[in-house]
Amino acid sequence: MTDEAERSVEAPVRAVIAAHGTFAAGIVSAVDQITGRGTMFRAISNSGLCLDDIQETLARTLDETGARVIFTDLPAGSCTMAVRRLLRGRPDVALITGINLTLLLDFAMQDDADPVAAAHTALERGRASMVAHGA
Amino acid sequence: MPIALYRIDDRLIHGQVVVGWGQPLELRFIVLVDDEVAASEWEQELYRMGVPPEMTVHFFSVEDAVVALPELQADARPGLVLAGDIDTMMRLVEQSGHTIAAVNLGGIHHSPGRTPRLRYVFLTAAEESGLRAIERLGVEVTAQDVPNARPVPLDELLTSTLDS
Repeated sequence: MTDEAERSVEAPVRAVIAAHGTFAAGIVSAVDQITGRGTMFRAISNSGLCLDDIQETLARTLDETGARVIFTDLPAGSCTMAVRRLLRGRPDVALITGINLTLLLDFAMQDDADPVAAAHTALERGRASMVAHGA
Repeated sequence: MPIALYRIDDRLIHGQVVVGWGQPLELRFIVLVDDEVAASEWEQELYRMGVPPEMTVHFFSVEDAVVALPELQADARPGLVLAGDIDTMMRLVEQSGHTIAAVNLGGIHHSPGRTPRLRYVFLTAAEESGLRAIERLGVEVTAQDVPNARPVPLDELLTSTLDS
């Protein structure tokens, strides 16, 4: 049983993560391990899906969950392309692309804030978190 | 340098194209051949924003691509020609006067009526005939999603199943 499945209280889904391979499920697992708040995310993979199928899966997920924030991994990726098409008909939804773990952790900890505002704050934290050490 | 890759990929510009192939081939331009995208400024802007600043994207209908191709093929910088479906690439090959030696099948994903051939290739009977028609024009057709994967020859592709 996964850590997320063991949580007794299901939090409402506040964001969808759409990404390549198992990136989304993996980064949700990391957030859950650190904060116990993994259930606020819904992970979607683009593996084996054409653009239309990715877009349809995302639209269905937004409708089912009421989420207004979508995170993607890569600016040029097919998930990002699909979300940008989707945004044309959903002006209240925010897309943040190029995510990292710091960004998601910050978002996860702001569970009392409006999710779109939280996503924009988290974006700045995530961006600032990449630092080089050593050589 | 001639065009580095002629690719069929139903996702058009995406991670595999821009990063997976774009970086090792040091691509400086992408020629996106698609009648619908060529007619839509909004779609073009969407794809243009997906590529890094050192890369230019040209958008053409098949008809206009045939006219532009000789100049693009003579460009000294590495480039990639991209079509979203087999029919578009077939029309381009047919009309471009034997200047295309090889076509890469990079991704045609699942939809009803398509038979799974590889993890990233699903084909209808008509699409398989289209690939054969491209081959009959003297073009080598292989399936390969990323540069370090093995190119799968057409004969092998059309007899393989996902389970094998």
